Amino acid sequence: MKTRNQLVMAPFIFTLGFFILWEILCLVLNISSFILPAPSTILQAVWEYRSQLTFHAMHTLWMTLSGFSLAVGFGLLLGMVLGSSRLINAGTYPLLVGFNAIPKVAVVPILVFWFGVGWVPPVMTAFLISFFPIVVNVATGIATVEPEMEDVLRALGASKRDIVFKVGVPRAMPYFFGSLKVAITLAYVGSVIGEQNASNVGIGNLLTRASAAFEVPLVWAALLVLAVLGVAMYALTASVEHSVTGWAQRSQMVA
Amino acid sequence: MQSGFFLLMALYGMEPFVELHDVTHVYARAEDSLPAVRSLTLKVNEGEFAAIVGPSGCGKSTLMKLATGLQFPVEGKVIVGGRKVAAPVKLAGMAFQNPTMLPWRTTLDNILLPLEIVEPHRSRLRRHKAEYVAKAEGLLAQVGLKGQGHRFPWQLSGGMQQRVSLCRALIHEPKLLMLDEPFGALDSFTREELWCVMRDLHAAQKVTIVLVTHDLREAAFLADRIFCMSARPGRIVAEREVGFPRPRDLDITYTPEFAALVHELRGHIAQARQAV
Repeated sequence: MKTRNQLVMAPFIFTLGFFILWEILCLVLNISSFILPAPSTILQAVWEYRSQLTFHAMHTLWMTLSGFSLAVGFGLLLGMVLGSSRLINAGTYPLLVGFNAIPKVAVVPILVFWFGVGWVPPVMTAFLISFFPIVVNVATGIATVEPEMEDVLRALGASKRDIVFKVGVPRAMPYFFGSLKVAITLAYVGSVIGEQNASNVGIGNLLTRASAAFEVPLVWAALLVLAVLGVAMYALTASVEHSVTGWAQRSQMVA
Repeated sequence: MQSGFFLLMALYGMEPFVELHDVTHVYARAEDSLPAVRSLTLKVNEGEFAAIVGPSGCGKSTLMKLATGLQFPVEGKVIVGGRKVAAPVKLAGMAFQNPTMLPWRTTLDNILLPLEIVEPHRSRLRRHKAEYVAKAEGLLAQVGLKGQGHRFPWQLSGGMQQRVSLCRALIHEPKLLMLDEPFGALDSFTREELWCVMRDLHAAQKVTIVLVTHDLREAAFLADRIFCMSARPGRIVAEREVGFPRPRDLDITYTPEFAALVHELRGHIAQARQAV
C-alpha cells in the first residue's frame, strides 16, 4: 500500500521539485529574467496578466477542441475505410504519409489565402496536424482482426460491413484512444501555430505580440498556461480512454 | 433396386453431406504456385463424425476453407448439403486452435455473436433475447461451464475458452461443425476432458462434424471415419472407418484394438511424409 501511495504522489513531488530546482538555480546563478525568469517571476506575471491570459487561453482551447473534433470524426471515418480495404489502404498510403510529412507551419499561409485571418486557420491547422495518427491507428486496429475470427464470421455469411462493425471497430478502440492522446497534443500545437500566424486572438497570438514587445515574463507566463492546459486535455483524454476500453487494460486487473 | 438402396441410405442418415470431388486448389498468393491440395476426393455422411489427419502443412486447413465456402477450388467440385458451394455455406460452425474470443464481450455475448450474423436469428435476436440467452446458458452447462456466462473470456483458462468457442460454434444449430485442431494448444488432461465434451455434444446435437487434427488418438477416439492426407499437395491416401461402439469411454484408448488403429494410422502418415 505504501508503494502505491508513493506512486500517486510521485508526479506532484517531481513537478514541484523541478520548479524549486529551477528557482534555486536562477537565484544562485543570478540569471537575468530576460534570459530565464524564475518560476516565482512567471507566476507573478500569470497573476498580473490573468484576465488577458484567461481570455486568450479559452480561445485557444476552443480552437484546439474544434480542430480535434474534426480530426476525430474524419480520422475515424478514413481509418475505417483504410482498415477495411487493402486496395484503398495501399493506394492512399503514400499520399497520406507525404501529406503528413509537410510541416503544417508551411500550410498556414495557404489557409490564410483561402480563409483570411481569423478562427478558421487555427482550427484547420489543428485538424490537419492531428488527424493522421487517428487514421493510422484506427486502420491498424481494423486491419489486424484475427484471420480465424474473420473465417468464423464469413462462414456464417457475414458481410465485410458486419465484420468491420462487430469486430474491427470495437477492436480498434484501444488503438483509437491511444492515438487521441497523441492527437490532442498535436491539435494543440496546430492551433497555437495557426494563432501565431493568422489570428488576432489566442495564446499563440499573445505569444507573438509579447515576444515582439520583449515582454519576456508574459511570454513565459503564456507558455506555462499552455503547458497546464495541455496536461489537462491529455488527462481528460486518458481518463475517457480508461473508462471506455477498460477491457484492453485487463492484464493490470488480473495481476 | 437402386432407388431402394438410396432410400435405405436416407433412412440410416447415410447421405453424403460434405463431398469433395477431385478438388485441386492453388492459393492466389502462393509463391511457388504449388497446389495446397490436388485431386482430393472425400465424402462425409450426414451426422457423421469425420476426422482428417495428416502431416503438418498438408492442406488440412485449406480443406476446411473449401468445405465452408471461404475458398473456391480451382478445379473440381465441393458439395455441401446437396448444393454446390459457391458462397460461404452459412450452415457451418467453426472452431480453431485459437479460441478467438472478443475480449470486450462477456462470455455469453461471445457465444451469441453468430446469431447477430446469421438469419433468421439476426432479425429475431432483439425481441427473443431471453430465449437465446437461455439456449446459450444451456450450451454452457453442456460443456461444464454452468453460470460462467457473465465472466469475460480473458478471465477464463485456455481450456474454458476453448469450451466457449465450441458453444459459439454450435449456438446457431449448424448442420456442419468444422474443427481445426481445436484442442491442439491444451494440456493432455484438459484435452481428454474436452474429447468427452465433444463426444457428448455430437451425441446430443446430431451434427455432422469434420475435425482436422494432428493427434491420431484424438481422431481414433472421436471419429466414425478417418481420412489420412498426404503431404502438400494434399490428397487422401487412406480412409478408415472406426467401428468402436458408441458411447465410447476414455478407457477404450487403452485397448489393444485402439492401439492397433492408431498404429495403422501412424503408418499411413509416416508413408505420406516419406513420399515428399
